[in-house]
Amino acid sequence: MIKVIKPGLLTSLQDMGREGYAHLGIGAAGAADAPCARLANTLVGNRPEACVLELSLQGPQLQLQRDAWVALCGAPMPQARHDKQPLPMWRPVRVRAGASLDLGGMAAGCRAYLAVDGGIDVPPLLGSRSTDLNARLGPLEQAIKAGDELPLGPPVELHPDTESLEWSLDPSPWFDASQPVVLRVLAGSHTTMLDDASRRALTEATFQVGTDSNRVGVRLLDVPLMLREPVEMLSEASVPGVIQLPPGGEPIVLMTEHPVTGGYPRIGKVADVDLPRLAQCRPGHRVRLTWIHPDAAFSALHEQRRMLGKLEGDIARRLTGEA
Amino acid sequence: MESYRTMEISYEPMSASALLLRFGQRMDATVNAAVHAAAARIRAASHLAIRELVPAYASLLVRWHMPAAGFQAPPRHAWWEAQLRELLRDLDRQAEPSATPRTHRIQVNYGGEVGADLEQVARHANLSVDEVIARHTAPEYQVAMIGFAPGFAYLLGLDEALHTPRREAPRTRVPAGAVAIGGAQTGVYPSELPGGWQLIGHTDTRLFDPADSERPCLLAPGDRVRFVAKEGGA
Repeated sequence: MIKVIKPGLLTSLQDMGREGYAHLGIGAAGAADAPCARLANTLVGNRPEACVLELSLQGPQLQLQRDAWVALCGAPMPQARHDKQPLPMWRPVRVRAGASLDLGGMAAGCRAYLAVDGGIDVPPLLGSRSTDLNARLGPLEQAIKAGDELPLGPPVELHPDTESLEWSLDPSPWFDASQPVVLRVLAGSHTTMLDDASRRALTEATFQVGTDSNRVGVRLLDVPLMLREPVEMLSEASVPGVIQLPPGGEPIVLMTEHPVTGGYPRIGKVADVDLPRLAQCRPGHRVRLTWIHPDAAFSALHEQRRMLGKLEGDIARRLTGEA
Repeated sequence: MESYRTMEISYEPMSASALLLRFGQRMDATVNAAVHAAAARIRAASHLAIRELVPAYASLLVRWHMPAAGFQAPPRHAWWEAQLRELLRDLDRQAEPSATPRTHRIQVNYGGEVGADLEQVARHANLSVDEVIARHTAPEYQVAMIGFAPGFAYLLGLDEALHTPRREAPRTRVPAGAVAIGGAQTGVYPSELPGGWQLIGHTDTRLFDPADSERPCLLAPGDRVRFVAKEGGA
């Protein structure tokens, strides 16, 4: 059991999301920065898809009711402590029953993932433990709050040397807070409908992430974009990464909790491989967009997945003492 | 009725593991039926390991399984497009399973506390309230798509006289079960939501139950719906 002392700014239960219900209007949700969530899980001996806590900007204060392995991956949290000891990120850390975890703020980026061995073991709802904060759907319908008690799955035994080993993952392939972040985009259905200036601005301007960005979508401010003429379109299914252009001219990049269908013009699509970096853009972060060919985007994603899969295997072997 | 065979379908890559099939840009029952027929046929092609089919008025999102990261690159959009084109080449209304969809009868208490806009709809249509109810209960509607919120079904087939613009000031809270009209569309709010549609009644029928993993939503895309006026309503 994890007891929530303070919930942090917005801390929610997330796994890899809900699949197979989109035709009923039920979206995927799930960890916004999926590779970081998978790595945190792998580092405590969980399946990569297990349920973790997704932390946003300001982390929670928690108390663990049993001895546990924890791992924190994602945006850097330099104030993170367990019982007043610094809590190193990107590695398994042994925490004793009764210890308090005080995670503090993020020095850069927007989201981090706390995995605990056994995973957070609430009963899944429609195949997932994720909270869809926007649809208020999930085993927990909202962010965690003070006093919540989160059940844990059976403890995982890791190799006895794990605690004393001096290693942690290299975060650089998985987290990058540099500014401006450059996101690779594919053309969308209505890219050619942008007026000339807007079409140029799309890849030449520097946008700023808006304060009302969330897990539904990231708003890109500072450079309004316009279509040559208004487009009337029927509502159709969307996916994360789609860049919608509402009439006001401020593009919105859809994220993991986007409504299943939408009717705004689509001026581009952030490549899947860059969605984790989009998830780390906090309000004020500067963003640039650059075109990528679909084949190149596909290869980049494949390479990212291959690297992640290999790393997950390497970590698992290390934790069982095989390497 | 136009044949599906002549219908041009365009294919646009969405995510790395999804294509959006477009059947035109018309809000039309025949086009929408073609979407559901295509979905049924793709669903039946179990060898393709399709993970998600999301129909809308005139489009269908097809998302396939991205195999775990091994060393062999998974097939790209062009391969999937070729597979789907072949599969849908002779799409035929009569032969599709969706030719016999489920039909639901939904009891509605027209007017009342929830259906506060019924008279407004009647005024806009220049009809009596009874005539509005008669015309709303007459058609067999087609569930064109589900979106906006879990279980929110957009129904095609609303009598033209009842087409009513959305409210200028949307309500911040529309109760679950509210029966509503928005433009050319009608539907039922499956849970408490904000909404700008005109509310004409209320049903006790539960449309969304997230705890029911087999069937969380009563209505599915392609289903048919009839509204029945409850005795003593309005």
